[in-house]
Amino acid sequence: MSKLAISIKNLSKTYSGGIQALKSIDLTLKEGDFFALLGANGAGKTTVIGILTGLVTKTYGEVKVFGHDLDTELNEVKNSIGVVPQEFNFNIFEKVYDIVCRQGGYYGMDPHKAATRTEKVLKKLELWDKKDQKSIALSGGMKRRLMIARALVHDPKLLILDEPTAGVDVELRRGMWEYLKELNKNGTTILLTTHYLEEVEELCQYAAMIKEGEIVLNDTVKKLLNKLDQEVFVFETDKSLTSKAIQILNAKDRGDNVYEINTSPKNTLQDNIDIISKSKANIISIKPKGNRIENLFLSVISK
Amino acid sequence: MNSQQIYNSFRTLTSKEIKRILRIWTQTLLPPVVTQSLYFVIFGSFIGSRVGLIDGIPYMAFIIPGLVMMAVINASFSNVVSSFFTSKFTKDIQEIQVSPTPNWVIVFGFVTGGVFRGLLVGLIVFLVSFFFVKPQIQNPLIITLFVFLTSMVFSLGGLINGIFAEKFDDVQIFPTFVLIPLTYLGGVFYSINQLPQVWQIVSKLNPILYMVNGFRYGFYGVSDVSVWYSFLILLAFTVSLAVLAQILLNRGVGMRT
Repeated sequence: MSKLAISIKNLSKTYSGGIQALKSIDLTLKEGDFFALLGANGAGKTTVIGILTGLVTKTYGEVKVFGHDLDTELNEVKNSIGVVPQEFNFNIFEKVYDIVCRQGGYYGMDPHKAATRTEKVLKKLELWDKKDQKSIALSGGMKRRLMIARALVHDPKLLILDEPTAGVDVELRRGMWEYLKELNKNGTTILLTTHYLEEVEELCQYAAMIKEGEIVLNDTVKKLLNKLDQEVFVFETDKSLTSKAIQILNAKDRGDNVYEINTSPKNTLQDNIDIISKSKANIISIKPKGNRIENLFLSVISK
Repeated sequence: MNSQQIYNSFRTLTSKEIKRILRIWTQTLLPPVVTQSLYFVIFGSFIGSRVGLIDGIPYMAFIIPGLVMMAVINASFSNVVSSFFTSKFTKDIQEIQVSPTPNWVIVFGFVTGGVFRGLLVGLIVFLVSFFFVKPQIQNPLIITLFVFLTSMVFSLGGLINGIFAEKFDDVQIFPTFVLIPLTYLGGVFYSINQLPQVWQIVSKLNPILYMVNGFRYGFYGVSDVSVWYSFLILLAFTVSLAVLAQILLNRGVGMRT
């Protein structure tokens, strides 16, 4: 049985203004998981990360990271975690190399080891040729990669990424995904929060959804998707559907023989295909409309 | 963290602070030298020649220890408050917060930066004073002890101000309304023996008076107050502020939500 990377029990957080950000949540991540924590802005995702990294004080509850208790073994917890926060939090006037190397020093590395690790992570994240540049001169995507490099310099067992691909273009995002997949494959447990829900489908085995400080869904991504009881498909046909067929299918006519049709347990994809076939039209293509996780997310959030 | 790792962490933080001071030397080292030189010229040369002797010392020579100490106090305080608050403001303080670096290392890392700048500025101002008068040095040990501890006290003060500060205005309030008045009234430009009795008593409530006088004693062997008493006050301030800074960081005041 795999060890637990994160074990959270009855975790609550009430901020000084009285806002209850977390309401007695339980959450576990096994070693080696690639786990997504989803939720709308203000749902409590960043509070969970803040507590795990020592930036936010919990009000109540038990938090363990690789078996180390946050209250009594804070140093062991901190040594296990690398964190990439949502906002840029480095000195923009400092050089890329200095930012990463110094972080190694804060984790107690001697200058030689910090330099070796810095070179390794900067090369891995394709920032080595920018090492002497001031971080202010980097593009948004490079700044994100810089924060990932900094988080990895002490070789943590758990990497926490709070919306790491925000503002990163598609090509860079895909490159970052590949790197994160490789890290996970090599044994790093990853906890990710993101607003790009396609990221969850692409990367994660497990996901939890947090709403108003409570975990409302927590399962494998596959099982979560099975919970989605409705999905919209876009059908393209070789000729127009009859008005009767459109009525039966409750289809939305987008013109040029393109239709949006809902599927559900009562009205399956096969049922829809059969109705279209009976209307003497041939199906040219069927595509899901939008991201499935996004649909699930929206259905949960709107409840 | 073991002792070697703690040392590595401390060295990382202090070298960052020292590099910053040297990188922006036109902001950190030059201004106090220019300001204090103007004091030498105006108060020392122009006005001082009309003042005569204080405690048997020419006025120009009398004010040099005070002016050096004034530069040390301002440089130490402003270095730590600005560095710490800027780190908080840009959130790069989180780099240390998420690491296992102990809070006492954070305290002494920032304070070491402040002491480095304070002593460097003090040394430069002292060397500049040689253009105007050659001060005597009677007791280098007392000079070193007082300047070092004073720099520590105000570095710690700057750190505590930085911990509580939430906006840039908060960084300016203490130096403007407390530190500068106390420094000017701390016996830099005069001996409190020249004041009426009541103002002598009021002056003795000002901790900077003891720092300036203890420091001046190291140069000329004269002081308005007991040097031993001054040393104890300085030591008490150093220890109390270090403990307070540590408690504040442990509690996460101004750092953790």
